[in-house]
Amino acid sequence: MSLLDIENLSLTIGDTPILKDIELSVAPGEVMGLVGESGSGKSMTALTVMQLLPHAARATGRVTFDGIDILAATEDQMCALRGDDIGMVFQEPMTALNPVKTIGEQVAEGIRWHTKASRAEAEDRARKMLDRVGLPEAKFPMSRYPHELSGGQRQRVVIAIACALKPKLLIADEPTTALDVVLQAQILDLLRDLVAESRMGLLLISHDLAVVTEMADRITILRHGEVMEAGDTARTLSEQFHPYTRQLAQASMHVPARARLHGNETGRPLLQVEGVTRDYPGRRPSLFKRAPGIRAVDDVSLSIAPGRSVALVGRSGCGKSTLARMILALDRPTSGTISFRGETITGKSQAELKPARRDMQVVFQDPYGSFDPRQKVEKLVAEPLHVLEKKPTRAERHEMVAHALHEVGLDQRDMDKYPHEFSGGQRQRLSIARAIITRPKLVVADEPVSALDVSIRAQILDLFAELNQKLGIAYLFITHDLTVARAITDEVLVMHDGKIVERGKTNEVLDHPQSEAAKALVTAAPDLHRAIARRMQEQG
Amino acid sequence: MTLHIDIPEETLSSILAKAFRNTAFVAGFVITLLILAMAIVSYAWTPYDVTKLVISDKTQAPSLAHWFGTDHFGRDILSMVMVGARNSIAVALVAVGIGMGVGVPLGAFAAARGGLVDEALMRLNDLVFAFPALLSAIMITAIFGPGAVNAIIAIGIFNIPVFARVARAGALAIWPREFILAARAAGKSSTQISIEHVLPNIATLLLVQGTIQFALGILAEAGLSYLGLGAQPPMPSWGRMLFDAQTRMVVAPWMAIFPGMAIVVAVLGLNLLGDGIADILDPKSRRQR
Repeated sequence: MSLLDIENLSLTIGDTPILKDIELSVAPGEVMGLVGESGSGKSMTALTVMQLLPHAARATGRVTFDGIDILAATEDQMCALRGDDIGMVFQEPMTALNPVKTIGEQVAEGIRWHTKASRAEAEDRARKMLDRVGLPEAKFPMSRYPHELSGGQRQRVVIAIACALKPKLLIADEPTTALDVVLQAQILDLLRDLVAESRMGLLLISHDLAVVTEMADRITILRHGEVMEAGDTARTLSEQFHPYTRQLAQASMHVPARARLHGNETGRPLLQVEGVTRDYPGRRPSLFKRAPGIRAVDDVSLSIAPGRSVALVGRSGCGKSTLARMILALDRPTSGTISFRGETITGKSQAELKPARRDMQVVFQDPYGSFDPRQKVEKLVAEPLHVLEKKPTRAERHEMVAHALHEVGLDQRDMDKYPHEFSGGQRQRLSIARAIITRPKLVVADEPVSALDVSIRAQILDLFAELNQKLGIAYLFITHDLTVARAITDEVLVMHDGKIVERGKTNEVLDHPQSEAAKALVTAAPDLHRAIARRMQEQG
Repeated sequence: MTLHIDIPEETLSSILAKAFRNTAFVAGFVITLLILAMAIVSYAWTPYDVTKLVISDKTQAPSLAHWFGTDHFGRDILSMVMVGARNSIAVALVAVGIGMGVGVPLGAFAAARGGLVDEALMRLNDLVFAFPALLSAIMITAIFGPGAVNAIIAIGIFNIPVFARVARAGALAIWPREFILAARAAGKSSTQISIEHVLPNIATLLLVQGTIQFALGILAEAGLSYLGLGAQPPMPSWGRMLFDAQTRMVVAPWMAIFPGMAIVVAVLGLNLLGDGIADILDPKSRRQR
């Protein structure tokens, strides 16, 4: 008998249909993976089970949890269930905790509320739970506040809150998407252990097929609010019976075709970074004292040949983005020099930097945040044009924007639209159009595809590869995702604690990592092939 | 959980449709429009000439001939309230203009530069803020002599730090956004970025603050002219009328009631308008609707 049973669940919000005839079940001790791209209804399914839907939502069908009809339950009944028998872990550990309460209070809160335990008792149980999720007393007393913890540690606190009362069902909605691969592996291990320990059912929601394959016994694949395919994980993914399943699996392993290497090693490097260091001053606890500073980037040297595509990989907080900002001359190094096309760019004024800016552009991670919401596409894409020596006329500018849009696969009629009228993938295309409009020699891309769905990601990677072939643009790809690095780069630099610890040809480094940091990244990275193979083996 | 409930940026027509469902906005808008209309009509026509003294008609109670009654010189109060409106509006409007014109660039500049410049500008701001506005306005008009122009300058100066603060706070929230970084990477100077990206994004904030300061300006002008430091007789002004009514409160209460009501209604209308605009344009309140 299953713990959670969803039958014929349909959901509308206002007049918009969100879910259609969803069928799903989770048995005790089972991990059910719910996979789909953004907007497929994964989160809404989870919120229906928790009855945390927006007011305008209307659900029909049957949702039974442990014999209780969820859709007919009163708010009081739901309050008793939530946090007690059903726990939930959210994606964003930065916002899922209350910043003004200590972690001890936040874990104990639910215990006291549901069990009417005394404060001391509840704190005792909270302490045990925090120990269990890997936050031992000595280093993490209960009086810590969320801002004193890192992202991975906060996610452990969130899990502690969700699991404090030994729920029968845990719903984890993209629990590791905001974390880097090494932390992701740790959190997934923790979840797996908790499931095994208390025979808890786990509904794991993710867009990442590899993560789900590693974790889930059975998977359900959603698309546009409908179940495409459901069944045993290993069988579903190895047979790839349904075309959409095949499409998803292929997109997540997609490697763009790249005919040949551009440029050669012997030529003059396009970008040369020599002994660059960046220190941030420490906090000043009093007027006369200053805490020791933080060295974000430590004596980094690298060079990029024209037309080459280089990946800079590392865990979050390792200094990748700081280094990128210095290369883009948005931040000044404490020491060391950066030269671009043979000219030093460190210490130059904004006016002197103009010629360099023409040949150096940037693509950011967040396709939502990187456009001014109040301007039209034509103006936004044309923004870098003002560094040109000769100011283009209005007609020329129009022509150039149209051309750039065409190159990234958008229509030139899109020029009169505002950024919010585009989807995430289209916005990332806009971002690329903006970057290539001045015909740069180097594009620095900071996690350019990590906010995108797998199928969109495959398309954007194709676009990057195509532009590299066609225009000979060199790339510096900053990423924590090794599949991206493997898909599109020739060389890889591994960064750890501000230093570059390993460098070499992409395939060599990723297949045979030498340094500790690189090994950790490679082993932690979820890999669909490997995960399916392991699943098959387990089942014999 | 990727619950990107994307709030679409509205088109003008949908904003207008929403505006007319917002009671505060509609009420504020109608009242403000009425006061403005009254001021404009007073240029072309008033029921009676406000400069003409008709002693035989003095301190008459409201009647069909004089809707709001007459004052101790026999002038028609309705006419005086109408002419007074144009004075109040002119002073408050120009004062808001001064405050915005100087304060917003200052605030935007402080936010763009940061560090010592920001610190120095904001402390200077605090210094101006620390003086009670009306008291200092009295000081300024006392030194440079009473009159509408000096009242405008005095009120205007005290609007500067308000707008500087609002602009700086708004701009500070915009600066760390990624699209600003993108603009910097495109080589735009901080002045260009402030004008092209920061100002349009804080415009609604400033608009709301503008209506509030406008209301406060009307109050301040009434205060100054009550003390005899604003517009000089025979030019009627709401504050001056209240002052004249003070000693005759018992015999001729209408002399105080009507200019007093004019001030209350104007301030209320502008505040409602500001609230309404903030409600309509604030994405947080939008989500709840």
